[in-house]
Amino acid sequence: MTDSLDVAALTAWLDRAAAVLEREKARLTELDAAIGDSDHGVNMARGFSAVAAKLAGAPPADPAALFKTVGMTLISTVGGAAGPLYGTLFLQAAGKATGKPTLDAPALAECLKAGLAGIVQRGKAEPGDKTMVDALGPAVAALDAAAGAPLPQALAAAAAAAEAGMAATIPLVARKGRASYLGERSAGHQDPGATSSFLLLKALADTAAG
Amino acid sequence: MKKLINAPEAVVAEALAGMAAAHPGLIRVQTDPAFVVRADAPVRGKVGLVSGGGSGHEPMHGGFVGRGMLDAACPGAVFTSPTPDQMLAAAKAVDGGAGILFIVKNYTGDVMNFEMAAELAAAEGLTVDSVVIDDDVAVKDSLYTAGRRGVATTVLAEKICGGAAEAGQPLAAVADLCRRVNANGRSMGMALTACTVPHAGKPSFTLADDEMEIGIGIHGEPGRRRVPLEPADRVAEMLMEPVIEDLPFGAGDEVLLFVNGMGGTPLIELYVLYRKAHEIAERHGLKVVRNLVGSYITSLEMAGASITLLRLDADMIRYWDAPVLTPALRWGA
Repeated sequence: MTDSLDVAALTAWLDRAAAVLEREKARLTELDAAIGDSDHGVNMARGFSAVAAKLAGAPPADPAALFKTVGMTLISTVGGAAGPLYGTLFLQAAGKATGKPTLDAPALAECLKAGLAGIVQRGKAEPGDKTMVDALGPAVAALDAAAGAPLPQALAAAAAAAEAGMAATIPLVARKGRASYLGERSAGHQDPGATSSFLLLKALADTAAG
Repeated sequence: MKKLINAPEAVVAEALAGMAAAHPGLIRVQTDPAFVVRADAPVRGKVGLVSGGGSGHEPMHGGFVGRGMLDAACPGAVFTSPTPDQMLAAAKAVDGGAGILFIVKNYTGDVMNFEMAAELAAAEGLTVDSVVIDDDVAVKDSLYTAGRRGVATTVLAEKICGGAAEAGQPLAAVADLCRRVNANGRSMGMALTACTVPHAGKPSFTLADDEMEIGIGIHGEPGRRRVPLEPADRVAEMLMEPVIEDLPFGAGDEVLLFVNGMGGTPLIELYVLYRKAHEIAERHGLKVVRNLVGSYITSLEMAGASITLLRLDADMIRYWDAPVLTPALRWGA
């Protein structure tokens, strides 16, 4: 139990995320095969394993430096749409983390909010377009609402909101990304991007829970 | 999965190494970050043409690097956009002082990565313009989707703009020509089989023996409708009619007719399709003054084809006919 995350805890989160994405690689790729192009799982696993290696090789000085390293590494290793989008999320989060040695729930809420705004600006997706925004948006709102609670609870609430948002993408018709080419045929499938967003937030909540 | 590979994760790097070994006089292959660049780059005073995209569409784009076509191509993982660091390194490697043109296919990932690369390149003092190709009539052109996909018109744009750049045209003129090619090119594709991404290990969708998919993209993504299998002549109609209607092409237009194989369809079948497509074009009063038949923008081992019509103007014809010397396209040089 802890009330704020330092560089070591954030590194532990990203290590856990890399392991989770490696484990879920086939499932993410399967979700992507249904409505996209079968590359999301392998791209995310490649990117986060590069992140874990980078952080192990040169531990950053503070959370802002860590987020910046994560963002730049994702942009140069993930490819596809997920690389620029998740990369932008971490780069925007770095801006909000500047000068803070550790991040408590309100600070993490600020970081995630800025990251989401960056994703929306780069990807131009709106809620309901069947994208990662549908998982991240509810998570940001939940984290904001729970920011007064102990950190593990606040992050668990954010992860739960992301999970609900992820499940809610199933009936949606995609309006952004490669799935949008399918039109009505994209309905009935869970969005792979919303799924990876949930997995990242779940890893964060699990890390904070210890 | 039955593929002539060593390991899924090694496919792209090993294919690039093979290209480098096969065509040392035409191209060089850089690694970390990976890109294919013409052997004599940078060419002083010439606009540098850079394209790129996921691998799995060979010969596009690396096979089109060379004199009279692209200066560099950035390969991503199979069906995955390359990354901004590759595009930035490629742009620097081909900068001859006359500016850089990015030719980008309209996919969310490609567009975002090239956008970031253009921002980075501008920050380093390079002059960059970008043209997005979106010629696939199978996709509804709507403000509420990612828009039309960039498909086979990309090959034509790279050849024509490559000719213009080689002739010393300035960046603004080459970019304008590229936009004109995109505005006048329309494509539609179909598949008889799906394809298997090496790291996925199984087909991205399945088609029964008596089915085909109309409006297919080039990434094994399903198309817009699945219909019973029909003879080639009927398929030609199903692809040509929406293409002709869309621009619309009209009687008297001079056009380039491009019948492209998706990777798993033999040339003999492409000519069967071309025969009918040519006949349909003439029936509509179109003058087919140039053509291209072959597998130039593929989707791994997918069986199927696409048909592209490009309404030509005098510049396009001149630069289409101009010499080209690349691994996959060469004439007059």
